[in-house]
Amino acid sequence: MRTILYLIRKEFLQIFRNKFIGKAIFAVPIVQMLILVPAVTFEIKNVSICLVDRDMTADSRRLISQLEGSTFFKIKYSTFSEEEAERLLHTNKCDMILKIPAGFAKDAGLGTTTKPLAAINAINASGAQLTWAYFSGVIRDFNIDLITKSPGSAALSSMPQISIFNRYWYNEMLNYKYFMLPGILVILVTAIGFLLSGLNLVREKEIGTIEQMNVTPVMKYQFITAKMVPFILIGLIDLALGMVIGKIFFHIPFEGSIWLLFLGSFIFLIAVLGLALFISTFSSTQQQFMFVAFFFMIVFILMSGVFTPTESMPVWAQKFNILNPMAYLMRINRMVILKGSAWQDISRDIYSLIIIAVAFTLLAVRKYRKTA
Amino acid sequence: MKRFSGFVWKEFLHIFRDFRTLIILFGIPAAQILIFGFVVSTDIKDARVAFLDLSKDDVSRKITDKICSSGFFSKTDELFSYDDADKVMKSGKARAVIIFAENFGLTLISEGKASMSIIADGSEPNSATLITSYASAIVADFNRELAMAGENTGVLVQPEVRMFYNPELKGHFMFVPGVITLILILICALMTSITITREKEFGTMEVLLVSPLKPLQIILGKVTPYFLLSFINVIIILLLSWFVFDLPVKGSLLLLLAESMLYILMSLSLGILISTVSDTMQQAIFISFLGLMLPTILLSGFIFPIENMPEVYDYVSAVLPPRYFVVIIKSIMIKGTGFGYIWKETLILTVMTVIFIGLSIKNFKLRLQ
Repeated sequence: MRTILYLIRKEFLQIFRNKFIGKAIFAVPIVQMLILVPAVTFEIKNVSICLVDRDMTADSRRLISQLEGSTFFKIKYSTFSEEEAERLLHTNKCDMILKIPAGFAKDAGLGTTTKPLAAINAINASGAQLTWAYFSGVIRDFNIDLITKSPGSAALSSMPQISIFNRYWYNEMLNYKYFMLPGILVILVTAIGFLLSGLNLVREKEIGTIEQMNVTPVMKYQFITAKMVPFILIGLIDLALGMVIGKIFFHIPFEGSIWLLFLGSFIFLIAVLGLALFISTFSSTQQQFMFVAFFFMIVFILMSGVFTPTESMPVWAQKFNILNPMAYLMRINRMVILKGSAWQDISRDIYSLIIIAVAFTLLAVRKYRKTA
Repeated sequence: MKRFSGFVWKEFLHIFRDFRTLIILFGIPAAQILIFGFVVSTDIKDARVAFLDLSKDDVSRKITDKICSSGFFSKTDELFSYDDADKVMKSGKARAVIIFAENFGLTLISEGKASMSIIADGSEPNSATLITSYASAIVADFNRELAMAGENTGVLVQPEVRMFYNPELKGHFMFVPGVITLILILICALMTSITITREKEFGTMEVLLVSPLKPLQIILGKVTPYFLLSFINVIIILLLSWFVFDLPVKGSLLLLLAESMLYILMSLSLGILISTVSDTMQQAIFISFLGLMLPTILLSGFIFPIENMPEVYDYVSAVLPPRYFVVIIKSIMIKGTGFGYIWKETLILTVMTVIFIGLSIKNFKLRLQ
């Protein structure tokens, strides 16, 4: 036990000897969270429209003012030339062209269907679909308006209609910060631990100091434990710092048990550091480790469901997530912080994480050879 | 010149000597493009919803079927009380609960209107909005069918829609260019960020310093081999996105290649700059990895469109080179625009490259402390 404590002390000295890294492991998460968390949102607002109104009647103007009345759309340009409108779409100056044909009001008045044209920049496919859905909603209201004003309106009011009430639980205002903060925090904590712990071991190999370790009576498991403990502590401190920032600056609600969150993160850190050390045992240079770490980090992050939902991923990707520690922690974090989920809701994820953590750590201990 | 080419050759040997790294270097970007092209999508598909049908009549069942057969939703559970709703949502088994109150169908027929509710899990706001808006669209469709059964169609204005640039609404069009941008900058910056620090850490820097090579020659000599390797990477990535993801190259291929060269040159110089300010490889890797990864993913407009962000981020993201390359690559590949539309972005990237190289030369110390 004393051996491990001395080794841990040595690791700490080594980490903090580099002044830059000693500060950066705490400063980077704070700064990046403060800058990045408020930025990230999918919430679409201010879809800028370029209007080509060929009708210029009271009806067309009413449609336009209804569009402007929603927070979703903003009429930014108005032109009579279609070429001009397409040029604006082409240069990203507007996201959508709305063309109201001449005779729009006249046709609607006569009861024939009239067709305005909406051209949407669809490179962002899901954004375009949402824009279209909102636009259809405005048109639907406009239709009802038109019909109730027309003489045969009695027919419509007798028509069966189903209305929908939407409610959002756990995050009523759909605040994206609540959603992103736990995710960004986990990414930062993981990246720091994963990179530094792995690089640490490979560096010893590369500059040869590992030989000195190998000739000591230090056991393999002691060596690996000593490499892990400092980064587990640093990770947990970063996590606590991040939660404090979330509370103070972003007023993130904390519904569940904080101990549950730290328990999950603790096991998660063991899993990630175990994997990092495992990879570093068969990398011979820091460069090699760096590229492999880069690969795993990016794969873990983008597949974990932190930015995009895991359900829409193909089945093989969902299967892969069984091995992805980050996917578990992402789920645990959001469930505990936002939904106040308790032990029974997340116990399966915790057990799976424990299995992964034990497996990766054992692999690292086994693969590490004390002989050159 | 001979001296310089000798130096470049030495750098090449350094790279090729480490065969494992070389394999990783070409394998990783290819693997990542393949994985993320398929995986990253903000749309919903088979979102898990639970139904709480207290009415169990013809209409509620029809709506349930319609929702489940749309492809956006899959039914997980049939609930029996309001308390269950909390349970399935907390355990994450369902993303939303759709509720039909008692006598739903009867009310619809007798009073002409009825209401249903959707409770969505707001802890994932994007999915929640998509779920409610898709479900609303399906119900609106159902309403229209009901109305068709009567005579009045109730539709006077029926807009036509044209989805520009991406008529089939493929998610790839948004994400593959973003993934290319992300991977290129990280790989390039990581590669060069450790080259000079390695020489410092191993002490071989002294040998370089006493040689008659000028700082500019040393820096260019370090960049050149990596530039060629990265260019091969660009070609592999573009071929993959073309063959696997059907991403078109509507504009000029030559322009696309030229712009990619500019972008990798910029990323490599950024790496060199990081390398000159770091003392150890660890530090260099830390800066280039942690400094670039999240800002590139989040602020370049790769997953999250910049237009939706608060206004200050228009300026914050202006310092990030990936932001410009995302615009360039989307314009050339998908919109097919020419140089006239992207000269501004190109100019900014060029200026950034020059600044990075200039700063590196300034930081490059000819003497040891």
